[in-house]
Amino acid sequence: MGKRVAKEVSIAVADAVAQCRVDVISAYPITPQTHIVEHLAELVNNGELDAEYIPVESEHAALSACIGAAATGARTFTSTSAQGLLFMYENLFIASAFRLPIVMVIANRSISAPISIWNDHSDVMTIRDSGWIQTFAENGQEAVDLVYHAYKVAEKCLLPVAVNLDGFIVTHVVEPIEMPDQELVDKYLPPLKMKYKLDPKKPITMGAIGVPEIYTEAKKALDEALKASYKVIVQAWREFERLFGRKYQPVETYKMEDAEVGMIIMGSLAETAMNAVDEMRKKGKKVGLIRFRLWRPFPMQDFLKALGKVKALCVVDRAVSHCSTGGPVGIEVRSALYQSNKRPKVLNLIAGLSGRDVTVEDFMEMFEMTYESISKKPKFSYQIYGVKE
Amino acid sequence: MPKDTGLVSWKDLAPGMYITEPGNSVKFKTGDWRSHRPQLDKEKCIKCGQCYLLCPEPAYEENEEGYYICNLMYCKGCGICAAICPKGAITMVLEEA
Repeated sequence: MGKRVAKEVSIAVADAVAQCRVDVISAYPITPQTHIVEHLAELVNNGELDAEYIPVESEHAALSACIGAAATGARTFTSTSAQGLLFMYENLFIASAFRLPIVMVIANRSISAPISIWNDHSDVMTIRDSGWIQTFAENGQEAVDLVYHAYKVAEKCLLPVAVNLDGFIVTHVVEPIEMPDQELVDKYLPPLKMKYKLDPKKPITMGAIGVPEIYTEAKKALDEALKASYKVIVQAWREFERLFGRKYQPVETYKMEDAEVGMIIMGSLAETAMNAVDEMRKKGKKVGLIRFRLWRPFPMQDFLKALGKVKALCVVDRAVSHCSTGGPVGIEVRSALYQSNKRPKVLNLIAGLSGRDVTVEDFMEMFEMTYESISKKPKFSYQIYGVKE
Repeated sequence: MPKDTGLVSWKDLAPGMYITEPGNSVKFKTGDWRSHRPQLDKEKCIKCGQCYLLCPEPAYEENEEGYYICNLMYCKGCGICAAICPKGAITMVLEEA
């Protein structure tokens, strides 16, 4: 087993990317992703990592270069945040439609305006429909582990993977992180071999026109590929557990077994919310927590199983979907419930925008509000929590 | 059952809808939507081959007599050949509906 060392998470993530023996890194610096790509540039520059580092002129170009490189069979990496992700936007859909195993780390940050460098999930929630596999880390160790997992899954499924970690709250924190030995990573991640790639000896065409008689079939094929990736994702976590000793699953639960009120949250705030669960339990309130580690493909069965027998559910979103029926996660959760027989009351709150603190007390208040919603139907389909009137 | 109007089953597509057979575009007849087609006046033509060189498709082919003839299966009717012809031997005529 590897050594447990204190490391800034961004540095650890970059080291993990290097351990995955990437061939091409193409990135444009943006806060709070910067330390990740800076450290990779250092590793390439000082000869520790044998990779092509392309310092592109924009995020649009960053992903374009990854697409081109991945199309030739190279293992690629990019990383971005907020505006950078939006600048990549059109290429995100091309990467997945081309079935290219690109791995991107998104250091989640609020979208401007007003300009903000702080953390929420408003950037990644805009790419829900992009056909990328999407995972969310809660802490530094998980962020690192999700990087190895991302390459494993991307290359088995031929789909791009976005690993999400909260900007600053995760990226800039020094945590004790166990970095596995290189041999173990090599065992987990064999060299990339693509059946189809751009090769002058065996020419193929990528990006041909999808006339009305074929576009529908192309979209169906991608949809089925993403659906089928679920099994690979779970298997890759099982293999990870066997080799590295840490267990991961699509949906994480905390004290949900006997919970009457549940809460759903993604990313690092789940750690604070777990403390709130403990505090509520001290007061005799049976509450629990659900966290989506896997967001795309949406882990429907795991989610329904995790629900247990809750009477009410608080979905805490970290992004606004303006004048929709809820926050992005709230909409998804309600839609998933409609397809099942379970009908807990759903209270959808939006909190922690642009790095605003959400404390244990806030989460306890949210739990109380959720208890109230059991007997008293909320007058809103979603609400921005803690806004100053 | 809804009407099945697709060209090929999604299960038979290569991943990413790649075209894995090089040069298969010749199998597809793509010149069925032009509004004007080029008409050659052999009296004026000097067989210089500018139409052949500049056709973006390329749809022009040289025949046994040395004339360059447009293959209407691929011509989109852009009119570059007519515009470039130094002798004005090519005119664009409206396609009949």
